[in-house]
Amino acid sequence: MGSLTDLTIRAAAEALRAGQISAIGLLEAVLGQASRTEAELHGYLTIDREGARTAAEAADAAFYRGDDRGLLQGIPLAVKDNMVTDGVETTAGSQVLSGYFPPYDATAVARLRTAGAVVVGKANLDEFAMGSSTENSSYGPTRNPWNTDRVPGGSSGGSATAVAAGSALGALGSDTGGSIRQPASLCGVVGMKPTYGLVSRYGLIAFASSLDQIGPIARTVDDAVTILETIAGHDPLDATSYRGPVPAFRSDIEHGVEGVRVGVVRELSGEGIDAEVLAAFERTLDTLRGAGADVVEVSLPSTSYALSCYYLIAPAECSANLARFDGVRYGNRVDGGTVEEMMGRTRRAGFGPEVTRRVLLGTYALSAGYYDAFYGQAQRVRTLVGRDFASAYERVDVLVSPTSPTTAFELGARTQDPLSMYMSDICTIPSNLSGEPSISVPVGLDGEGLPIGFQVMAPALGEPILFRVAAEIERMAGFEPLPSEKVGS
Amino acid sequence: MPIDIDIAYVARLARIDLSGEELARFGSQLGVILEHAARVQDLPTENVPPTAHPLSMTNSFRPDEVRPSLDRSVVLEQAPSSEDGYFRVPPALET
Repeated sequence: MGSLTDLTIRAAAEALRAGQISAIGLLEAVLGQASRTEAELHGYLTIDREGARTAAEAADAAFYRGDDRGLLQGIPLAVKDNMVTDGVETTAGSQVLSGYFPPYDATAVARLRTAGAVVVGKANLDEFAMGSSTENSSYGPTRNPWNTDRVPGGSSGGSATAVAAGSALGALGSDTGGSIRQPASLCGVVGMKPTYGLVSRYGLIAFASSLDQIGPIARTVDDAVTILETIAGHDPLDATSYRGPVPAFRSDIEHGVEGVRVGVVRELSGEGIDAEVLAAFERTLDTLRGAGADVVEVSLPSTSYALSCYYLIAPAECSANLARFDGVRYGNRVDGGTVEEMMGRTRRAGFGPEVTRRVLLGTYALSAGYYDAFYGQAQRVRTLVGRDFASAYERVDVLVSPTSPTTAFELGARTQDPLSMYMSDICTIPSNLSGEPSISVPVGLDGEGLPIGFQVMAPALGEPILFRVAAEIERMAGFEPLPSEKVGS
Repeated sequence: MPIDIDIAYVARLARIDLSGEELARFGSQLGVILEHAARVQDLPTENVPPTAHPLSMTNSFRPDEVRPSLDRSVVLEQAPSSEDGYFRVPPALET
């Protein structure tokens, strides 16, 4: 066996059950890797050594008793810091929440704990999940483990970095416009956004409620499924939680792609996509054809407007959601003579530039006189995006595109130009608008040794076909993850 | 062309106390972003209903049962200021 921190969740789960390793031994290896690399990478905002050790010892004791709660028992995982954790500081990357110790767990986190998983710590993110590089964290950026001059993507950059660097075997991220898939793509790991409503948002600090969805980041498609199986399912504490049966995620995962109809989205796989990313995308399409998939080109004309639509809807919802950070109930306060003065100063001091920008943008888009021209029109365009997807899925089983138009860019390259940063998400945003599942799978490296991701999208509750195609792409791509020992060396 | 907005008014609505220099900077950035976002107006949407939410859900009900909630003291511990079981804030009205 190589380094413990290179194990997949599947392999670690088998080794735990064979008595070859212990949960505490596995955790100590992960903590050791974090100690060695975190000063440079900064994937975590908080490492909960004590809590993690207690959980790992409990997992070992459960194994000893013969109490087996599934594949995640004893597995060290990272949780994005916009999910609340009982008694563990939760900041969402914002100064306004520094020193906030929530009195409860988010449902997704509670389900991980119930399954015996070990929460290592809280992963760094763009403040309130607003960004595509993790540079908007008010606690300093995370760096890409493949090349520390580069960003890990965002907003779940800390989660993707922890998984890629061996400082966790898997992680939870959240995806509002690509915040799981784009960092997964840039860090050479698998990232998946489930169908809207499949995973409870209770305890996820809200950014844009109609778009936010929690999902897994892992080294393999199989591991991502394992995490999703644990966190999915109806939750009475989230009124938007899906009430129907959870799809059988694994039902078709070994069926290959023979006869599967794959639609290449023309608007997302041509103009604006880096040449090397496009070449890797085309190579993957060839392997799909070779494996018997029926690859056709489809057009979703309204997706050309998805970015514009998203940058009205997401800020509008964020401006409403972030009204709660007003210095009254939790978080920090800057005093003032009147309540309004206190709130204005608190929010000025508590929010970083990108969050301020989006709150202002959303406030404008919702304000009297502009509501219909901006927010109302964006909602109608959202309908058109959904219709384009629905009509495409009459002809194909899945849709595909690159995940990100480029590989990991340099720190600072896009921070001065908000619009250029927003462009990072052109391929991922449409699935958030439609509420449909989508996954990024690493398929290769560019000339500079930076990972390239391939995106697969499926209709609502189409996770079985999504995982089926993703698993086959993964198998054929034979992507080599970054070995733990290479990180930071 | 970048869209010209009354940024001071918007900042006041959003309750963010920005300096004059910050207002100018955010105002011009927002103008550029809105110019791009305004592309949504190029699509004909007559008779297209708005989507507020990706799932076609209607009301979501649960049984109206009393169950324990977080203890008040636990919640108030996180507040910047509290008194006698309440959140405490500066005066909202001139006296």
